[in-house]
Amino acid sequence: MAKKMSHVKDYAYGYGMIAPLTIGLGVFYLYPVAKVFWDSFHEVGAFNQRRWTGLDNYVKMFKDPIMWRSLWNTCKYVLVIVPVMIILALVLASLLNTRIKGRSFFRVIYFIPAITMSAAISMIWKWMYNSDYGIINSILSALGFEKMQFLTNPDIALYCICVVSIWSSIGYNMIILLAGIQGISKSYYEAAAIDGATGVQQFFNITLPLVTPTLFFVMITSLISTFQMFDAIYMLVSKKGLAMEATQSMVVYFYRNAFDYSKKGYASALAVLLFFIIMLITAFQMKMQNKWVNYE
Amino acid sequence: MKKEKLNPGYILIYVILIGGIIITVFPFIWMILTSFKTQSEAIAVPPVIFPAEWKLENYHEIFTAVPYAKMYLNTIFSAIITVFGQLLFCSMAAYAFARIKFPGRDIIFMVLLAVLMVPSSFFILPQYLLMQKLRLLNTLPALFIPNLFSAFGTFLLRQFFMSLPDELEDAARLDGCSRFAIYSKIMLPLVRSGLVALGILTLRFAWNDLMWPMIVNTSTEKMPLSAGLAYMNGQYTTNYPVMMAGAVMAVAPLLILFAIFQKQFIEGVAMSGIKG
Repeated sequence: MAKKMSHVKDYAYGYGMIAPLTIGLGVFYLYPVAKVFWDSFHEVGAFNQRRWTGLDNYVKMFKDPIMWRSLWNTCKYVLVIVPVMIILALVLASLLNTRIKGRSFFRVIYFIPAITMSAAISMIWKWMYNSDYGIINSILSALGFEKMQFLTNPDIALYCICVVSIWSSIGYNMIILLAGIQGISKSYYEAAAIDGATGVQQFFNITLPLVTPTLFFVMITSLISTFQMFDAIYMLVSKKGLAMEATQSMVVYFYRNAFDYSKKGYASALAVLLFFIIMLITAFQMKMQNKWVNYE
Repeated sequence: MKKEKLNPGYILIYVILIGGIIITVFPFIWMILTSFKTQSEAIAVPPVIFPAEWKLENYHEIFTAVPYAKMYLNTIFSAIITVFGQLLFCSMAAYAFARIKFPGRDIIFMVLLAVLMVPSSFFILPQYLLMQKLRLLNTLPALFIPNLFSAFGTFLLRQFFMSLPDELEDAARLDGCSRFAIYSKIMLPLVRSGLVALGILTLRFAWNDLMWPMIVNTSTEKMPLSAGLAYMNGQYTTNYPVMMAGAVMAVAPLLILFAIFQKQFIEGVAMSGIKG
């Protein structure tokens, strides 16, 4: 009997302790998922009046050249940023794993951009990229090169944004990769050193294969976050110029539809599309992982 | 063993690492230098590297250009509430999910975890509409309410609670402690490293997040620093020294905290990779 009472008590505490979080996640995260799908079948006016339009938003979306452009831009961001960032982060992490002096100093400095707000980072880079007075153009012209229109030339603006994004995300991912590398048993390296393996050989034969679980984590998280690029694009590129269409990502286009043009139904359809693209890519990665990820 | 320091391979490593440091640090140095320059120094051709006089004028001007002091307080306030609110709600639920048996526990947990699969930009629009319905747009609570709840934080802390031994809890229960007392007095101190890690990750997010505050609070008086910088970025596009002063002060608090708690910051991030 007493045992039964304590069970009931346990249930009460269990439900009571998960209640605030469960209600909060339900209201602010689970309900919104259903809501976005629902709204994507509606035309939502400026005062949130809804009119059922069936698949109209989706039909319109697949015929919308700006959507295709934004999707293509997003793919370019992913294809440039993710591999370059991961390779650089991995190189730095493995260099920091050698017996050099001042390791923790390097680690701390490289981490600084990771705790700096993206709004400030974008502001600094916008100033450095400034075509008339920016320091980068000053250096270029001192070296005898032509000045460049980094953020207004539609041909290069996207890549200039990639530079900012890579610069600001290397340190964070380097720390995660370094933790992964440090988790590799020292005995492998000792055995390799006895066999006379060079540092580069050790990297390719020990570090790289054994860090793949961490590499996989970094790849998935950076894919997902790069697919949702927003801050740097929004801050660096002016709303009016030619470069806007050439740099705008899916999330920026979503944002403009939802909050600048007040087309919330259409914006919801864009969000649904992005959701499925990210799901597909994550699922594909998960499926591919046993081809290259080694779990010990 | 010490001789390998002279190895040309090691010199190359230092060259690469120091080159990386210069690229990492230069934008920050340039931000600080610009923030002390006059407008004419900032736009001089060829560029002036050091200001002729280190004056704080830009740091004064930022407070009149926008309600900068208010933005600062808004950021501190909402960051503190987000961090402690999230730690409270997540740890409480994580404890229950990890250590109390009740019907439906695992199903509820799986449903909540599904939130992790959804890209964060997906929630923004309905969250905004909810805030509008609750008449919370352009208020401070709008900045932090949705961020009080985190599926990731619950998942992370649950891992910590699950790794604790049963004996402690059994002993306390025999002494007649309630579940809540066990959670708050015995278990919570034991998962301190998890709480610190989550707190740091949340602080980093709450201080720096841009899109959400920009959407809900359009009045400058209610903006946090991130949205304030974005607002200035659109408004005062020519006065870079003043904007840089604003940027310096906006990033300083986290950088100072980082300087003091480097180990915890770096471990917190490393942990998110291992536990996640």
